[in-house]
Amino acid sequence: MHQLTLAEIARGLADKQFSAEELSRSLLARIAQLDPQLNSFITVTEDLALEQAKAADARRAAGETGALLGAPIAHKDLFCTNGVLTSCGSKILTGFKAPYDATVVDKLKAAGTVTLGKLNMDEFAMGSANESSHYGAVKNPWDTSRVPGGSSGGSAAAVAARLIPAATGTDTGGSIRQPAALTNLTGIKPTYGRVSRWGMIAYASSLDQGGPLARTAEDCALLLGAMAGFDAKDSTSVDQPVDDYLAALAQPLAGLRIGLPKEYFGAGLDARIGEKVMAVVEELKKLGATVKDISLPNMQHAIPAYYVIAPAEASSNLSRFDGVRFGYRCENPVNLEDLYKRSRGEGFGAEVKRRIMVGTYALSAGYYDAYYIKAQQIRRLIKNDFVAAFNDVDVILGPTTPNLAWKIGEKGGDPVSAYLEDIYTITANLAGIPGLSMPAGFVDGLPVGVQLLGNYFQEGRLLNVAHQYQQVSDWHKQAPKGF
Amino acid sequence: MALERSEVEKIAHLARLGLNDGDIPQTTETLNNILGLIDQMQAVDTQGIEPLAHPLEATQRLRADVVSESNQRDAYQAIAPAVESGLYLVPKVIE
Repeated sequence: MHQLTLAEIARGLADKQFSAEELSRSLLARIAQLDPQLNSFITVTEDLALEQAKAADARRAAGETGALLGAPIAHKDLFCTNGVLTSCGSKILTGFKAPYDATVVDKLKAAGTVTLGKLNMDEFAMGSANESSHYGAVKNPWDTSRVPGGSSGGSAAAVAARLIPAATGTDTGGSIRQPAALTNLTGIKPTYGRVSRWGMIAYASSLDQGGPLARTAEDCALLLGAMAGFDAKDSTSVDQPVDDYLAALAQPLAGLRIGLPKEYFGAGLDARIGEKVMAVVEELKKLGATVKDISLPNMQHAIPAYYVIAPAEASSNLSRFDGVRFGYRCENPVNLEDLYKRSRGEGFGAEVKRRIMVGTYALSAGYYDAYYIKAQQIRRLIKNDFVAAFNDVDVILGPTTPNLAWKIGEKGGDPVSAYLEDIYTITANLAGIPGLSMPAGFVDGLPVGVQLLGNYFQEGRLLNVAHQYQQVSDWHKQAPKGF
Repeated sequence: MALERSEVEKIAHLARLGLNDGDIPQTTETLNNILGLIDQMQAVDTQGIEPLAHPLEATQRLRADVVSESNQRDAYQAIAPAVESGLYLVPKVIE
């Protein structure tokens, strides 16, 4: 049963081949058996899951037919869940049980999904390897000595290992797409403002977006359709109707114009990944797509600009963790300043502290123009590159990552070398456009991802291209040995 | 431009982050590596470019000035480290 996709589960439940309760029990047993090898879950919510599964079965018996009714999923542990620990992978949120559900959790619950638990992640979503979690590193099911990517590394590992068919994630600089690429999944970061950020613990508010990770584009379409939509509680939510992503999947690719940015295929890219990406391009041509060489000249400036904007926003967002209202408090504070400093100093891990300090420095008196304003100007240059490119092409295609999954601990000592791994994904967050990663094959037994970028609100087109590719390829059907 | 130890201590104070003395040299070195990466921005000509704060150039929505939240003090205080009589407890701030 664990091999089923969400779409297959929907059919199985509709045809009464199994009940939501049977399905959830089977996956919970699998999680208990296999997750100790991966560490992808921070919390397994067995009682809640069985209660929700029984409720879904009752709703179906009463005549309801939603495609996600009874579908088991799990949430990245930064979506607030009423009464269940939400840790953000941090010691500072020890014992934090939010008194409300995030909008995404709420919407998926209303659709009838069953929550099996909360998934491991880089602390406060800051990382590309899922090594910075207070709850320990997550392992890649394709090679458990390697990282699954991050920051949605628990989401990726759990779905890739068939512990759950799909999961929620968030993407601030590539945190859905990069782990999807390193674990052979499909994941989509929607347009900024498409999915509500309410109840999603903020890292960098002008970049953060929630989205799904699953094994197929079709499953991503199913989940995204339920997650997306206007939310008055999120001040940056966009009030625009949600497209019918499932209906968009079937569109033929004849006439699709694909742009290949030369900056994505330059020095720094593992040539073996480049070959896999070009093989996907050849397949898409057979399906009727045309290809054009394009340039995104400001891409090279994206990482420096990101490492100003994201830490600056993080330093402000994370000021709320002060040891007073929720979460971890240090022992025996001698005064209020000591309470703040030790609660934060002991509660945050090294990478989070680094980014808070970079952001504090960038926003401090005398440096604001040189850093924050400069970074926002570069942000516009990056957006302008995309606006110009989308005059001539429908989607932009390239590798999701420059390298394969690396060994756990390999980049631990040098944060800057890990930052450079996000070179291909960060621009979509800075510009606010949607981006998708899908499986493109294997090198030395490790998954390779190809990234599709689209114009604002073109999520349906990206899912369509990925789905059509998945009709003529079977990379996405490969499962890691032992799982 | 490299940060000195004293500047790192000042930034940590501004961010209310307690650092262990032993960690400061390593923190200083890592922050300087990150700032070295960030300083690559200075080579970009951004003369006359309008800063971009929101990708869709959206402006803040306004809503009617009416009460929209119910009182949930008990629920919020149930997850606090220390409360008493509906108040959050912190060390004495007035001597």
